[in-house]
Amino acid sequence: MSDTTTDAIVITNASLYGDTTADIVIVDGRISSLDRADAPAGARTFDASGLVALPGLVDIHTHLREPGREDAETIETGSRSAAQGGFVAIHAMANTTPTADTAGVVEQVASRGAEVGLVDVFPVGAVTVGLEGTQLSEMGAMANSRAKVRMFSDDGKCVHDPVLMRRALEYVKTFDGVIAQHAQDPRLTEGSQMHEGLVSTELGLAGWPAVAEESIIARDVLLAEHVGSRLHVCHLSTAGSVDIIRWAKAKGIDVTAEVMPHHLLLTDESVRGYDPRFKVNPPLRTQKDVDAVRAGLADGTIDVVATDHAPHPDEDKDCEWAAAAMGMIGLETAVGIVQKTMVDTGALSWRDVARVMSTTPARIGRDDQHGRPLEVGEPANVTVIDPKAAWTVDPTATASRSNNSPFGGIALPGRAVVTILRGRPTHIDDSLEGAFA
Amino acid sequence: MKHLLGTQDLSREDATLILDTTAQMAATQEREIRKLPTLRGRTVVNLFFEDSTRTRISFEAAAKRLSADVINFSAKGSSLSKGESLKDTALTLQAMGADAVVIRHWASGAADRLAQSGWMHGAVLNAGDGTHQHPTQALLDAFTMRRHLVADPDGKGLDGLTVAIVGDVLHSRVAGSNIALLKTLGANVVVVAPPTLLPFGMAAREDISVHYTLDDALDAHDLDAIMMLRVQRERMTGGGSGFFPSPEEYTRLFGLDRARMDRMPEHAIILHPGPMNRGLEISAEAADSPRSVIVEQVSNGVAVRMASLYLLLSGEEAPSE
Repeated sequence: MSDTTTDAIVITNASLYGDTTADIVIVDGRISSLDRADAPAGARTFDASGLVALPGLVDIHTHLREPGREDAETIETGSRSAAQGGFVAIHAMANTTPTADTAGVVEQVASRGAEVGLVDVFPVGAVTVGLEGTQLSEMGAMANSRAKVRMFSDDGKCVHDPVLMRRALEYVKTFDGVIAQHAQDPRLTEGSQMHEGLVSTELGLAGWPAVAEESIIARDVLLAEHVGSRLHVCHLSTAGSVDIIRWAKAKGIDVTAEVMPHHLLLTDESVRGYDPRFKVNPPLRTQKDVDAVRAGLADGTIDVVATDHAPHPDEDKDCEWAAAAMGMIGLETAVGIVQKTMVDTGALSWRDVARVMSTTPARIGRDDQHGRPLEVGEPANVTVIDPKAAWTVDPTATASRSNNSPFGGIALPGRAVVTILRGRPTHIDDSLEGAFA
Repeated sequence: MKHLLGTQDLSREDATLILDTTAQMAATQEREIRKLPTLRGRTVVNLFFEDSTRTRISFEAAAKRLSADVINFSAKGSSLSKGESLKDTALTLQAMGADAVVIRHWASGAADRLAQSGWMHGAVLNAGDGTHQHPTQALLDAFTMRRHLVADPDGKGLDGLTVAIVGDVLHSRVAGSNIALLKTLGANVVVVAPPTLLPFGMAAREDISVHYTLDDALDAHDLDAIMMLRVQRERMTGGGSGFFPSPEEYTRLFGLDRARMDRMPEHAIILHPGPMNRGLEISAEAADSPRSVIVEQVSNGVAVRMASLYLLLSGEEAPSE
């Protein structure tokens, strides 16, 4: 992933972090000035009046499906979808076929990502061999490989054996790694189909109780404290989980947590009608939980928004609920949903969005060239957002190979219109045709 | 009424219409020639993704007595086990010109999905989906109760009657359908089950009385009817996921025996959706007593299914969706 030398670009009149109007002059993949007067002759100029510029967005929870399920997504289509959504870097989860549990697989994913070149693809390594939860994978080899893996997760499955979880937390200290836990007690969720609550009772679907998530998070923060390790909690979804993370942070435990856009917007009420596009793990919760995760994100208890972009082909969703796969795509809708639920409601500023979607995720993933401030000398990784784009989600209009979005027909306020990775535009919105002079 | 998917969306008007129509159908079944020409030329498909001989033959008898052509389609397995998907099955039935599909499926919501997905256009009649709904069972139970407990029943509901449902409410689509329909028809609902076999939130419901032993329920209420649910033995014990410690303990706390039967008012009737586990949830004395209407439930089942098919297919629209 070497720096790419590109033509100079000038973005004029952008609202940096939504609060300071400036120009961004990009030369040789870096921000060379914040004043257009310094732009070299012949630079391409783009007027960003009314648009918000943020450090390029980083997703620490993406499923790319390659290798193994290229019918659902490839590294190329997933990268393109990410760039369209404003992301410059994504962390590709390990639940591929074969599992990303060896240096060979993670290097293959990283090199294919670099070859596509639309986003930086950071492979996440599996904690246990084959995600089986019985034997630690060779995390050291993955960390020391060319993919330089720092984040490890059995996402999709929980590392539920407490001894194994303890060992994993301890082991990754060697290379400043982090265990990203999919918190789901397997016994409490056998056969589960949706959030356990009044709606599951009415629909006759087996419940996934909040306590199955909360009990694992509670155990894990205590383990992290005991062994002095870094823990990251994937896709936190319940009010009780927010309380536990808040308590853990107050105790000084080194834990971070992420929330998904769909858990900021949708509730289990969406499941009425049994449309499998709303089937996801962890499941859509109640309004009380939505309110709590929004509050947790606003007050910093939850550190990041990640997408859990999970592509599935039609045949895995166009079926009866119980037979359907869990997961939803979300790279291209994340910005709009965060704006709708957090920015337009006054809970977060755009500067906060930069923190939860770029700076902090890059720090958790140890991506040292990402999440950098929009300042002179920094890598030119920039996401430009049109907060007044006002668009309606069309699930089929996506760069992803799959179209299993639950947001079809939902009106969103804004979206990413330009994405720049090391000085090279990787996405220019159709609405800006010709705007790049 | 385009489909019959569950009782929770059934208006009192529609439910009463089905019960009244059932009474008419039941009357025709006492004639010498029981076959009616009503649905001649229409095709009814019994689509069963789950074994249930009793329910299937009941629907089959109902459709045949209305002169419909009946196709039995047994699609065992599932798209999970690499069988044909529900979607492809539905497209096939559409191509064959099915006017109504009676569907029994192991997945909750399968009937709703079939009705709403656009895979086919015929009427969908839910014959039991997972642990969700089984509307014709609730309707036949309501019809049976109304016939025995309500004077001059035509046009009436079950207002003021107190009905207990005893057993595995958590996994029972029969209970799910019955509770909703009984409330719609004005009955008081008493639910009796161990806390492990109650669905989330039920104990907190203010419109239902919940008891954790059958004796408590008999002390607290003068029951007009008691409905004993089947206990699935294999699901219930062992493996660390047992919902109660042993069949013997279940029988002690929830079984309907003679002593408990005698504590009910004299007019009270006993229902069971079948098949029964004699000696587990119900003793032979109770099952075979004159108060038991269990065998009559079966014949009323045919009449209810005739009425449902008739209302869905005859073009005579029910008052509202």
